[in-house]
Amino acid sequence: MASLARLRPRLAARRLIPSVRALQTSADSTQLHQDLPDDGSKPFTVKLHEDSFRAYHTDTPELEVEVTKDGLLKMYSQMTTMRRMEQAADALYKSKLIRGFCHLAIGQEAVAVGLESEITKDDKVITAYRCHPFAVLRGGTITGVLGELLGRQVGMSNGKGGSMHIFTERFFGGNGIVGAQVPVGAGIAFAQKYLEKPAATFAMYGDGASNQGQVFEAFNMAKLWNLPCVFVCENNKYGMGTSAERSSANTEYFTRGDKIPGIQANGMDIIATAQAVKYAREWAISGKGPLLLEFVTYRYGGHSMSDPGTTYRTREEVQRMRSTQDPIRGLQRYIEEWGVATEEDLKKLDKEAKATVDAAVEEAKASPEPFIKDLWSDIYYPGTEPPYMRGRERDEIHHY
Amino acid sequence: MLTPHFHPARIARRLAELQRCQSTAVEPPPAGGHLPSIATSKVLRTTRDSSLRTPGIQWKDEGSGAPTIVGGRETRKMNVYQAVRDAMSIALLKDDNAVVFGEDVAFGGVFRCTMGLAEEFGRERVFNTPLSEQGIAGFGIGLAAMGQTAIAEIQFSDYIFPAFDQLVNEAAKYRYRSGGQFNVGGLTIRTPTMSVGHGGLYHSQSPEGFFMGAAGLKIVIPRSPIQAKGLLLASIRDPNPVIFMEPKILYRSAIEQVPIDDYEIPLGRAETLVPGSDLTLVTWGTPVYHCETALSMLAEPPAALAPHVPAALRSAKVELIDLRTILPWDVETVLESVQRTGRLVIVHEASKTGGVGAEIAAEVQSKAFLKLNAPVRRVTGWDAPVGLVYEKFLIPDAIRILDATVETLSY
Repeated sequence: MASLARLRPRLAARRLIPSVRALQTSADSTQLHQDLPDDGSKPFTVKLHEDSFRAYHTDTPELEVEVTKDGLLKMYSQMTTMRRMEQAADALYKSKLIRGFCHLAIGQEAVAVGLESEITKDDKVITAYRCHPFAVLRGGTITGVLGELLGRQVGMSNGKGGSMHIFTERFFGGNGIVGAQVPVGAGIAFAQKYLEKPAATFAMYGDGASNQGQVFEAFNMAKLWNLPCVFVCENNKYGMGTSAERSSANTEYFTRGDKIPGIQANGMDIIATAQAVKYAREWAISGKGPLLLEFVTYRYGGHSMSDPGTTYRTREEVQRMRSTQDPIRGLQRYIEEWGVATEEDLKKLDKEAKATVDAAVEEAKASPEPFIKDLWSDIYYPGTEPPYMRGRERDEIHHY
Repeated sequence: MLTPHFHPARIARRLAELQRCQSTAVEPPPAGGHLPSIATSKVLRTTRDSSLRTPGIQWKDEGSGAPTIVGGRETRKMNVYQAVRDAMSIALLKDDNAVVFGEDVAFGGVFRCTMGLAEEFGRERVFNTPLSEQGIAGFGIGLAAMGQTAIAEIQFSDYIFPAFDQLVNEAAKYRYRSGGQFNVGGLTIRTPTMSVGHGGLYHSQSPEGFFMGAAGLKIVIPRSPIQAKGLLLASIRDPNPVIFMEPKILYRSAIEQVPIDDYEIPLGRAETLVPGSDLTLVTWGTPVYHCETALSMLAEPPAALAPHVPAALRSAKVELIDLRTILPWDVETVLESVQRTGRLVIVHEASKTGGVGAEIAAEVQSKAFLKLNAPVRRVTGWDAPVGLVYEKFLIPDAIRILDATVETLSY
């Protein structure tokens, strides 16, 4: 005991000295570096905090970033609208109009909006649970997402999917099986490479899914075949109700690709997020093969609607993140401090977002429930089905 | 009718004695010839003419005119692995977006099914994957979701279990859960299946039954080279994901004259190999040949078995059906047959509990209850792992099929 007691202070002291500089995740540490241009589409330079990125076997992205006034306002509008949409889903769920599963991305808006701002229509995205913002940004509609959650005909999968199953032409869906979308993303990237398209696939997963075996299978194949695939880990610090430290031996997710280089990025500052995506996309389409990109972010709500989100973390922690590192408030501060727009202008955007989402909620609610005939459609390609399928009860047989 | 009560083990013993005494005595072959085996099976089409007249064959080569024309077409002697290779070669030749991948396929694969394809079509299109089945399936699904033709190989169907999640949750449901926006119809998973005599626990299983509940998938099992080529081409071009299971013992042993042209054999249709009116015998893959042997034994039992096969049953006409597509299976053909014969015996290598036979039996009894003259009988592997030394006892053989046929006929 005596020897242990002697050891303890030394161990404690060592823990205080970080071996590497930690990533910082504040949402408002970017500095303006020049005078603001009058023209909204004219780029100006800002400088990110020097600890916005960390790199593994590669260099960090440039800290000096060119942005435009219009671009910042668009990001603000999109993030606000996405948060409004998720809040509407939350309310619809609590009023029992949405049933089943529902996973909200409130707090993680900078990842979806930042990603979309730096990729093209030819790039492909596939993700898992928190997929609603991606579906809208990648060509879907808010009505389509809310309609899907409500199980209505207007839903993006005609009510057949629900929360994790919404798709657009350039968005290969959310996914309900932890980690299953990652090798699928590798296959999508292979097709892009095979078809010689200068485009990248962003295969997204969470810190929880990062411990799935098939994620490593996908890493290996992607590096082996040099696929234009960016594996994006949205590290919101909790895989369901287990913190990253309690689930992963190595919580530096950007270093887990072995020979695949990685970037860790501040996922709360949207300018940093967008810069990291720009770097990753250029990496992938320049033929350098796959890249791991970890966004350190935070979800304000529980994992799903049945999780209050406060049994495995303190209310104070959530409150601290909301008040000090919120991506929308951070961007708001840049916009106001740099003089991009006034508080009034932003309030107008807030109102627009609310109106857009409110209208979508009404439209989705007004949509009819899915047609009974669609219970049996989309199982096999039309014309190749079996002669009949069994229905909900003994006498209900659907003949094709 | 009297029910002869006997035990299959006893018959097996008698047959073994019979074989032992034959092996030591130098006797001419029996007057009626030996029992049919894969080598002498009448099910196999060994002439050009019979090959070109394979029922249901659909010619797919351009400018072939009327789909029934057979004049001028050529055939070549092939076994199953050569026929499978031939099908993939045609698929790669005609479809630039087709790729073949799997463990060691660039070197020909363990069963030689991809011999020379990498040299012929390039390493970009025929390539080896790491040993990661779940990854292979997921990768293939992503590829197919982009509209490519993905022809993946899982080296043994016993190894398909790590990929089970991807196949059941992703491949089968991609179309449905996206409301028809995406599909992985371009995906075909080829995998060797069934027993080989000495494969043991992890090389002789038949996992088709595990996929029965996965609506959206198709499962196909061919019995011969002609069938393998035609069904594989149909599977590759089918707009749904297909798991194509190739009975591994037939790779080399089943030999036919196979048409060299591009043709398909439609999925979802069973084939009646032997017409009959007294009992319906449904099977697929390797046991097709055991069934043929059993029917021959029923008609002309060897001396050692004769006491156990009542004379009145020897003229029974048994209808032999090869199911070919296991999911979705051809209910109509099987039901139509059972409604005529009133008796059904199902033979498969997978174990009985929860096997495909259970599904067929349940559906037939619900649709033809009043027509049945005997309980539906299943001849299957035992509900046990495929133990190496027990494999021959575990897999249904001709004697057990004969036993079930006699009992069902005399019920």
